[in-house]
Amino acid sequence: METDLTEERADERATARRPDAQLDNPAIAVSPDHFQRPGPPNMKEKVFELEGISVSYGDNLAVKDVSMDIHQGEVTALIGPSGCGKSTLIRCLNRMNDLVPSASVEGRLLYHGEDLYGPKVDPVQVRKLIGMVFQKPNPFPKSIYDNIAFGPRILGMKGDMDEIVEKALRGAALWDEVKDRLDTNAFGMSGGQQQRLCIARCIAVEPDVILMDEPCSALDPISTGKIEDLMMEMKRDFSIVIVTHNMQQAARVSDRTAFLMVELDATEQNRWGRLVEYDDTEKIFTNPSSARTEDYVSGKVG
Amino acid sequence: MSDQFDPRSARARIAVAGAKSVTAGVLSDQPRKDVVRNTLFASVLFFAIAIALVALAWLVTDALIEGAPRLNADLFTNSSSSLPLDAGLKGAIIGTAWIMAFVALFIVPIGIGAALFLEEYANKESRLARAVEVNIQNLAAVPSIIYGLLGLAFIARGPLDLGFVVLTASITLALLVLPIVILVAREAIRSVPPSIREGSLALGATQWQTIRRQVLPAAIPGIATGVILALSRAIGETAPLLPLGAATFLTTDPSGPFSSFTAMPLVIFNWVKQPQEEFQVLAAAGIIVLILMVVVMNSFAIYLRNRFEQRW
Amino acid sequence: MQASDIAASGPAAFQKSRLEAARPRYGERVIYYLLAACAAVSVVTTTAIVISLLIPSLEFFGEVSPADFFFGTDWSPTFEPASFGVLPIVVGTLSVTFWSLLFAIPIGLGAAIYLSEYAGRRTRKVVKPILEVLAGVPTVAFGFFALAVITPAVQSVWPGFLGDGPGIFNVLAGGLAIGLLIVPIIASVSEDAMTAVPGGLREGAYAMGATKMKVATRVVFPAALSGIVASIILAASRAIGETMVVLLAVGNTPNLTFNPTEAIQAMTAFIATVATGDIGTGTITYKTVFAVALLLFAMTLVMNLLSIRLVRKYREVYE
Repeated sequence: METDLTEERADERATARRPDAQLDNPAIAVSPDHFQRPGPPNMKEKVFELEGISVSYGDNLAVKDVSMDIHQGEVTALIGPSGCGKSTLIRCLNRMNDLVPSASVEGRLLYHGEDLYGPKVDPVQVRKLIGMVFQKPNPFPKSIYDNIAFGPRILGMKGDMDEIVEKALRGAALWDEVKDRLDTNAFGMSGGQQQRLCIARCIAVEPDVILMDEPCSALDPISTGKIEDLMMEMKRDFSIVIVTHNMQQAARVSDRTAFLMVELDATEQNRWGRLVEYDDTEKIFTNPSSARTEDYVSGKVG
Repeated sequence: MSDQFDPRSARARIAVAGAKSVTAGVLSDQPRKDVVRNTLFASVLFFAIAIALVALAWLVTDALIEGAPRLNADLFTNSSSSLPLDAGLKGAIIGTAWIMAFVALFIVPIGIGAALFLEEYANKESRLARAVEVNIQNLAAVPSIIYGLLGLAFIARGPLDLGFVVLTASITLALLVLPIVILVAREAIRSVPPSIREGSLALGATQWQTIRRQVLPAAIPGIATGVILALSRAIGETAPLLPLGAATFLTTDPSGPFSSFTAMPLVIFNWVKQPQEEFQVLAAAGIIVLILMVVVMNSFAIYLRNRFEQRW
Repeated sequence: MQASDIAASGPAAFQKSRLEAARPRYGERVIYYLLAACAAVSVVTTTAIVISLLIPSLEFFGEVSPADFFFGTDWSPTFEPASFGVLPIVVGTLSVTFWSLLFAIPIGLGAAIYLSEYAGRRTRKVVKPILEVLAGVPTVAFGFFALAVITPAVQSVWPGFLGDGPGIFNVLAGGLAIGLLIVPIIASVSEDAMTAVPGGLREGAYAMGATKMKVATRVVFPAALSGIVASIILAASRAIGETMVVLLAVGNTPNLTFNPTEAIQAMTAFIATVATGDIGTGTITYKTVFAVALLLFAMTLVMNLLSIRLVRKYREVYE
């Protein structure tokens, strides 16, 4: 068992240590061969498999040719400077890009082996399984209870609603703070509490994956810390993908990190994001394979 | 339109022209003349507003004074009659109430439906959406008498052939005030932030679930305001009802959608036309009642909006 | 079970992929079409208006030559022998509109400039609601006001040297009443246009030492000009379409004159008087009414389209 893992890791390291002759064209550290290799028996299941994903808004390319696997039960971080397409990419995972009429997605995106963009796939169903927490907390103008109960109610979840609400609030480490005022309007809470409410709302519908698009960027450090602790707990029940432009946060919370960078075309008029390196978090931050990654995580560029 | 018209250069041109003109003015005028001129100008402007306010006050006061003798209970318990002493607004008020009930019945679902379609479902660039928008803008400015002719040709007669009844008047007036409801409803719906919709959809709600349970509840105060404003406009409209065969004298009060109808402004209009002085007094009294109704409804609409408006 | 096993067995092994909808969502489709139908009501209304006006009008012009209609000066369509020269009622309408604009433009613009450049919060809180009340007063009240108050007032202050004073029905009273009615239109659309002028333009002028009056007249007013013109066109269109005031105060006899002391018949008054429930579909009278209505509709439509374009133009520049 151990050997298989090490073998797998060794293979990864080997492919990653390719010479950076392609510096001018940012190196993609994950080799295309990676996908054809079947995983060893105790490898964690892949939740998402991205193969050559490119996203455009109308004629403008936003993300080019991203290939990576996201694994079950892990926290996967997407880091990179602004404009590198992290948010665009994460919104492909729960088909929120469908809401933008001009958006188009190319490539293959598999969810537990099924094509997420298949002809018969229902985006609404997708979003039940893959939840999202947004950058700015967006509680509904209702009571705390009704905020949490909204999802389960419309999805027709069976069970005692009070229990469902309590379970969700406990899961978001919010129960003790609000258990006496579940009927009060959610807008009366602080920013950090509102964001944890949004997380609880997400948890209540029992998704498989939770996507987080810069969930702490609008919050103070203490609230940020609380949510980061929460993520460690949540990892047990959900797979988490988090976009953050706070590198230290990625280093603190994630198991694997993907670093994206902006690429310009020859005329410097068009820009899009590309995946530079994707590896264990420890490796990305201590011994990255690409010089560009090193420059970014050490703060030389940003 | 913008191929010959560049907004940026238009802005620049206006700014430069303004600056030029002001500089010329500043450099050429003497300071003392300025102060006098300025106070005079401000006074002229204030005077202009004052004229409008005085005229309005005059209108209301005159009606009040002239109608005072008949502003009593009789006004509301008597119905139409050729004898001024026996005449009153009862039938007219009942008629107006019936007509407005059906106007509301039409404009609420259709107005909200159209607003939802334009804001939530339609691709804003599409031909259908643009056509609908242009239509609504134009309909808002069509003279009201023409709606009356539409009612005569297509509703009272023509395809619908309902005859000269309450329902005909209601449909005609509903079409007249629909643009108001649509405009206000759209604004109310638009004021719900996109983040609310995103949050709902991200949980696995369908578009209609999101609209029904998040967007509409938040927009209801604004929409209610629009409906009340539309109704207060409809209450005062006389011209569209003239071609629709309103009964000048009703023997019985209107009792349903298919009764012969009359309405307050119509009755008042008839009274004004009568030569006898007593009918003029009645007309003045009726006008006061009508103005009061409109003012109360508008104030209520504003109160509703201020009290229940969702602040994001 | 390994990941590869699940991928291999896939949808074939389970009844249904977990990404498919539990049941097909017909309801969403139905709702879409229902809402589209509501939106289409406006299109249907416009079409119905155009058709209802066009068909009798075309029949009308089959019986009456357009030259007689548009250039004739004798309007007596309901008499024997009938005459269909529309000029008297068009001139009557325009005459009333002229006087209404003469009154409304200075008042409306004055109010707009005051509200936009001078008024403090407290003044606004008083003035704006009053303008809104003015906008909400039913037109039959304005008609009564014109007949019962304005006409006697004008008659009593009429200077002798101007000749005979106005009679019971006269253009002037109707014009003044309609003028009061349309003041809110000019005031609110112009104020909108003026407040849309960016503060930066004003501040630049103040910084050069300009007074409020100069800023208002030489910077804001020219900058908002297209919106102001739009407001005037909109108000004129409203005045042209006004029925109750002319019916009650301006008379019902066609009279080709520009004299404001005389009584005339406006297009709307003709329509309202003749189009009662009694007229029969298909009679020449019926067709005449609709022909005049078509003319009225065309006039107001052109004016409205023009003012919409002007409003869009100033919005483009500043927003």
